[in-house]
Amino acid sequence: MLNLNDIIETVNMIEQDNLDIRTVTMGISLLDCADADIDKSCKKIYDKIINKAGNLVKTVCEIETEYGIPIINKRISVTPISMLVGVSGGDPVKYAKTLQKAADDTGVNFIGGFSALVHKGFSAGDTELIKAIPRALAETSNICASVNIGSTKSGINMDAVKLMGEIVKESAELTKDKNCIGPAKLVVLCNAPEDNPFMAGAFHGVGEPDCVINVGVSGPGVVQSAIKKCPDGDMGEIAEIIKKTAFKITRMGQLVGNVASKRLGVPFGIVDLSLAPTPAVGDSVARILEEMGLEQCGIHGTTAALAMLNDAVKKGGVMASSSVGGLSGAFIPVSEDAGMIEAAREGTLTIQKLEAMTAVCSVGLDMIVLPGATPTEVISAVIADEAAIGMVNSKTTAVRVIPAIGKEVGEELNFGGLLGSGPVMEINIRKSPKKFIDRGGRIPAPMQSLKN
Amino acid sequence: MKTVITVIGKDAVGITAKVSAICAQRDANIIDITQSVLKDIFVMVMLTEMADKDNSLKELTNDLKTLSEKSGLDIRVMREEVFNSMHRI
Repeated sequence: MLNLNDIIETVNMIEQDNLDIRTVTMGISLLDCADADIDKSCKKIYDKIINKAGNLVKTVCEIETEYGIPIINKRISVTPISMLVGVSGGDPVKYAKTLQKAADDTGVNFIGGFSALVHKGFSAGDTELIKAIPRALAETSNICASVNIGSTKSGINMDAVKLMGEIVKESAELTKDKNCIGPAKLVVLCNAPEDNPFMAGAFHGVGEPDCVINVGVSGPGVVQSAIKKCPDGDMGEIAEIIKKTAFKITRMGQLVGNVASKRLGVPFGIVDLSLAPTPAVGDSVARILEEMGLEQCGIHGTTAALAMLNDAVKKGGVMASSSVGGLSGAFIPVSEDAGMIEAAREGTLTIQKLEAMTAVCSVGLDMIVLPGATPTEVISAVIADEAAIGMVNSKTTAVRVIPAIGKEVGEELNFGGLLGSGPVMEINIRKSPKKFIDRGGRIPAPMQSLKN
Repeated sequence: MKTVITVIGKDAVGITAKVSAICAQRDANIIDITQSVLKDIFVMVMLTEMADKDNSLKELTNDLKTLSEKSGLDIRVMREEVFNSMHRI
C-alpha cells in the first residue's frame, strides 16, 4: 500500500498549508479569427472561444472533485488582440467586450490577451489597442491587458514606456470609483513569456499551438511549513527542503495538466513552477523569507533569501515536470501577500527594496499601490528601470502598479478577493525624470543579446 | 479506479463502520486499510477500488462529505494517482 506518512503529508499540505493548483489556463489562438470587418472578427472570436473552452470550467471542476486537489482559477489566454485590431481596425474596446461575453458564458475567472507586443516598435493596431486599454479595463471586469515594451533581444521601446506611464494613470482615473481596479488588470512586461498561465500578463503567443493547456501551481504555505520543521538547518539544508517541496507541488500540477489535457482533447503545454501568494494567512512568500530567519521581509538579506528560494523552486520543479515554462519562480505581489502587506504598512518593505528583489525573483514590481498624485513620467521611469533589469539579466520583469487616485502615502486601497489590499507606498518624486522619459526612441539591445 | 479515503478527527465509536458502510453502498471495494489513534486523534487511510463509471466517484465523495459534515471528521477522497505522482519518481 501507499506510505501512510506520504498520504497524511499530502492531506496536510492541502488542509493546513493551502496547497492548490492556482490556475488551469487554456491558451487559444485567435489568428484564424482575423477579419477586415470588426464585427465578423468579434463573432469568430466568440465562437472559437466557446467551441474550445465551453467545457473548460466543468471539466476542471470534475478533476478538482475526483482528485481532491483545489484548483482555484480557470482561465483563458488568447492571441494578442492588437494583431486582430491591425487587420480589422475599428474600436478595440469591441474586442474587450466580446472577450468579456465569452468569459461570462464559459464561466472562466479571467481572459488575458488584450495585449500588444511593441518591444521593438509599434505596428498596425498596437497604438490603437494600447490607447484603448483604460476604457477596455473600465468597461469590462474579467479581461486582463498586457504590453511587452522590451526584451533582451531588442532593447527597450522608450516611446512605449512613456505611453504606458500615461495609460496606467488614465486607467486608474477611469476606475477611481471602483478602487482603481483598472491598472490591477494591466501589466507592462519585458521579455514576456508566450505561455504564461498567470494573470494579468497571460497571452497566447504566436509561436504556440492552436489550443493548449497550461497549469500554474502554487504553495507558499507548504514551503513555509516545511522550513519550519528545520529550525536549525543551514542554508544548504533549507535549499534541499525547498527543492523537495517544489518537486511534490509541481508533480501535482503536472498530473492535473495531463488529466485536463486528455479530457479536453487539447495538448498539454507547460507547468509554471510558481509560488503564488494570496492574502490568506499561511499563503505568503514573505513568510517563507521570514521563516528563513529574517525578522521581517524587506530588511537587508531579503534579496539573498529570495534568490535562494527562487532558484531552489526551479531546481525542484524542473525534474517534476515534462515541460516547464511561463514565469516559473516566486511572485512578490505586495497587495496579494499577507506578509508583504504587513511589511509595507510598517515601512520595512520599500519600493527600492522591491526593485532589488525583482532582479532575483520571477517577475517584477507587482500589485504596488502608489500615491494618486504620482506623475506619469515617474510611472514610466519605474517601468523603464524594471525593463532594464529584465533586459540585462535575460529574465522576465513586469510592472503592475496602481496609482490610488485621491489617496496619499499611509492610506489603503482594497481590491478584495485574490487581489487583496495594500497601503499606498512612498515613491521617490523629489526630482523628476521627465526629460529622460520625453526623449523616447529605443534603448538598444544589450551585449547579452549577441549570443549567436 | 483506485481511490484513497483519509479520515482524520476525534476518536469515536463506529467511524470505520460508517465509512465502510458508505463504501459498500457505493460499490467501492476496500483493498487495504490502516488506522491508528494518536492522542485521541483518529487517523484512518483506506484504499478502495471501484468501477470506472461516470458518477460512481462523485456519489461516493458526496456521501462521505455528508458524513464529514455530520460527524465533524475531516474526510477526503482522492484518486490514488495523486499520491503516486507526488511521492514516487
